[in-house]
Amino acid sequence: MKKILIVDDEPNIVMSLEYTFKKNNFEVFIARDGQEALDILKNQFPDIIILDIMMPLVDGFETLEQIKKNEQLNHCKVIFLSAKNKESDIEKGMALGADAYLTKPFSIKKVVEQVNDLLE
Amino acid sequence: MNSIVLLIILALYLGILFFIAHWAEKKGNSKWTNNPYIYSLSLAVYCTAWTYYGSIGVAANSGLNYLPIYLGPIIIIPAWMIILKKIIRISRVNKVSSIADFISLRYGNSRFLGAVVTIVCLFGILPYIALQLKSIAETFHVVTQTESSSNIFDDSTTYVAFALAIFASIYGTRYVDASEKRKGIVTAVALESVLKLVFFIIIGVYVTFFVFDGFDDIYAKASLLEHFQQKNTIGGLPQAINWFFLCILSLFAIFLLPRQFQVSVIENTRENHVNTAVWLFPLYLLLFNIFVYPIAWGGNILFDGQSVNSDTYSLLIPQFFDNKTLTVMVFLGGFSAAISMIVVSSIGLSTMVSNNLIIPYGLLGRLKHNEQSTINKKIVNIRKIGIFSLIIISYFLYRYFALDYSLFSIGLVAFVIIAQLAPSFFGALFWRRGSRTGAVSGLIVGFVICLYTLLVPYALGITSSDTSFITEGLFGIKLLKPLQLFGLDYLQPVPHALFWSLLFNFMIYIAVSVSFKGNYRERNYAEMFLDINKYITMHENAFVWKGTAYRTDIEKVLIKFLGEERTKRAMNIFNLKYNVDKNEELADARLIKFSENLLTGHIGTASAKILISSVVKEEKITLPEVLKILEESKENIIINKKLIETSNELKEISAKLQDANVSLMEKDKQKDEFLDTVTHELRTPITAIRASSEILYDDDEIPEELRKQFLQNIISESDRLNRLIDKILDLEKFETGRQKVNFATHKVLETIENAIEPLQQLINNKYIHVHVEGNGNLKADFDEDRIVQVVTNLVSNAIKFCPENNGLITLAVYDKHDFVQVEVSDNGKGIAPNDFETIFDKFYQSTNQNFKKPIGSGLGLAICKQIIEHHKGKIWATNNATGGACLSFTIPKKQQP
Repeated sequence: MKKILIVDDEPNIVMSLEYTFKKNNFEVFIARDGQEALDILKNQFPDIIILDIMMPLVDGFETLEQIKKNEQLNHCKVIFLSAKNKESDIEKGMALGADAYLTKPFSIKKVVEQVNDLLE
Repeated sequence: MNSIVLLIILALYLGILFFIAHWAEKKGNSKWTNNPYIYSLSLAVYCTAWTYYGSIGVAANSGLNYLPIYLGPIIIIPAWMIILKKIIRISRVNKVSSIADFISLRYGNSRFLGAVVTIVCLFGILPYIALQLKSIAETFHVVTQTESSSNIFDDSTTYVAFALAIFASIYGTRYVDASEKRKGIVTAVALESVLKLVFFIIIGVYVTFFVFDGFDDIYAKASLLEHFQQKNTIGGLPQAINWFFLCILSLFAIFLLPRQFQVSVIENTRENHVNTAVWLFPLYLLLFNIFVYPIAWGGNILFDGQSVNSDTYSLLIPQFFDNKTLTVMVFLGGFSAAISMIVVSSIGLSTMVSNNLIIPYGLLGRLKHNEQSTINKKIVNIRKIGIFSLIIISYFLYRYFALDYSLFSIGLVAFVIIAQLAPSFFGALFWRRGSRTGAVSGLIVGFVICLYTLLVPYALGITSSDTSFITEGLFGIKLLKPLQLFGLDYLQPVPHALFWSLLFNFMIYIAVSVSFKGNYRERNYAEMFLDINKYITMHENAFVWKGTAYRTDIEKVLIKFLGEERTKRAMNIFNLKYNVDKNEELADARLIKFSENLLTGHIGTASAKILISSVVKEEKITLPEVLKILEESKENIIINKKLIETSNELKEISAKLQDANVSLMEKDKQKDEFLDTVTHELRTPITAIRASSEILYDDDEIPEELRKQFLQNIISESDRLNRLIDKILDLEKFETGRQKVNFATHKVLETIENAIEPLQQLINNKYIHVHVEGNGNLKADFDEDRIVQVVTNLVSNAIKFCPENNGLITLAVYDKHDFVQVEVSDNGKGIAPNDFETIFDKFYQSTNQNFKKPIGSGLGLAICKQIIEHHKGKIWATNNATGGACLSFTIPKKQQP
């Protein structure tokens, strides 16, 4: 069973993602901001992380930088899922080493497809 | 008194003057040498030995006749404010160095006219200097009680003349540029003016109050003398006319005497010094004249019946009473009066002789082949030798011609000759049409009449040769009798000569000027002189010139005379002044005029023009063309002024624009950030709605409970979306000023309670205690709905930030004179001081929020701020004593309509 970590501060969005990935046989972890995500990642090593960018305290970009520093998470794929849809933001996200960048609002099917693609 | 002792005293006195001049020269810019009083006192060089001794002679012999010489200047002095200032301005911008320069420049920079003026001045001033030397010599002999020796080498006064000549030639030629200021000489002259006045007043007081018993006593005794009555009346109409002409004569002299021109114009350092001179100089003349009469008549009483020279009464009286100190003092006063005149006149004359005679006629050609340092040396040497020889020539004039005449008569002859400059001089200031030919012919004819009616008869009188010329007229023609020309027999010789010479001079000047138009250059200078105020700053603009000239050629000439460094500096100044590119090859009219001006101080206007024209190719211009160009240049100057003004305005505007641009860019950035945030905030609920809807649509197996939850999500996110849109619109209305605020008077506490009411459920849920305090009757003008909105917002925030347990919110209302202050404070963890101001920014959400994102839109406080500002109040954040956040706002009790 693949492990997925969903990091977003919007509970209703998280709820939709959680429901869908559970249905697709993922083990789902939830974090409400960057700091919480990093705490979880101390003990858990998910296969893929879905990361929002605009969050209180530690934002998505900073979270990814921290993730990249952790060698145990080398294999872990990261998808940004953000309402920030400017070219510059997407470039910045990819430059930081994200594997994909999806913009909000999103189609859940597309997100699942992207996740599966990355995990194959 | 022993000659040797007196010579030693004189040597000491001269030594002191040397020292003062030297000191002043060094301190050239100190306020001691650079003030209006020094300037005004230096003008008193007008009062020469002639005044000092001669007035007494005249007063003793013919009563009040000495007065017109002072009345003329006093009458015209108020007009200095305009006329003298104008002359000073013209001379300053054109670097004029003498009256000959001034006149010749106006009439088209005419070399010939300059030379004529110089010769006229020589004729007028040399005898005048001789007169000063005569007074020194005679008084020297009076004081030492010696006789004048017929062998000039035995006569001690010869050596005095030599000493003077050396003093003047050293101190008068410090600079090559004759238009430079000679601070040393001027200060020494001012000092001498003080001394001669003080000594004269001392002798006056001595005679009036010590020798006699006051003015009344002198009058009483004098009135008993023979001819007293006759000597002290004006003498009917003919005599009044004499008076009138003498006034006119001295009125001209105060402008035209080379020494007056020197001190009042050339040595003027600041135009507004004239303002002081206008009252101080007449006062000086007045003081000088108070005791003339008592001394003169005191002398007449004391020496009645003896044949003594009444000119020397002021010396004879103290000597008569054996008062040696006073005698020497009076002598030194007269000596001061004489040498200041000699020095200043000889400097002025020698500048004219060098710049208007020797250099333009002859020396210029030879100078051109010399090195710069040699040229400067030569020019200075010419002037040195000039000053020296002028004084020595004058001395011989005195020895061989002027021995027999009274001081007064020689002085007047000089005045009449100098007065010949009047038509061309005043014409230069006030009449555009005055032409070179007119000026030259008027001047020559006037001068010839002077010779005929004054100099020749005087010369004949001196040599006592056949006087039939005077009694019978030229060729025996009665009408041509020199002292009664054309039968005019009731004027004294001086007014008579003045009348005829000036009449012809003026008429010919006007007639010729009107009949024969001057050339374009004369007309050009006429405009520059008359409209000096228009051209004062950019006067090179007023110079009309057409042709081809290369800058390098002109620079070569300048380097010859000014040296490499000064030329370079001057060119830089020119380039800056007129914004000319330094690589420009061709020279324009402005550069030509500028260069002429640079040379003028060294070699005079005429030579400067000759030099510059030798390296440029000038085209003839017609008079109408000149007038057209001048008209344009006048307009140009006005336009230029306007352009500068406009350009300054533009600079200001552009600075403002830049500021505006910066703030616009800042606003733009803010707007971008705002839009970014808005889109993000709008997309978030849409994202949730879309995700929930997609699941509901695709997934039929979804459990009922979850299905309802997703539907609930859609509903709440839609509400959130709607609230957000409302707030954005709200804020936008406030910011663009379209939000209406309806003021009415309300009790503040009631409004607060109204605001809390709907929040009660929320408060109860979190077990928060709310405490409200303040005067329930406190009223203010405000829009209740809006203030409710503010309080709701603040309390909602407080609720959000209150701790889970024991939450406490305190609302307090304070009376602050004209304002009501409301505070909402909680016992949460407070606000970081950095954020006290930023929390009122749009979409600000504290970085310190360490909990689940609050329901807020990030616009609440920004809207509160807008509302409070629309009430002309303030809103701010602090932390309270317990560390919780405290948000306060004020609103005025009364709203200004």
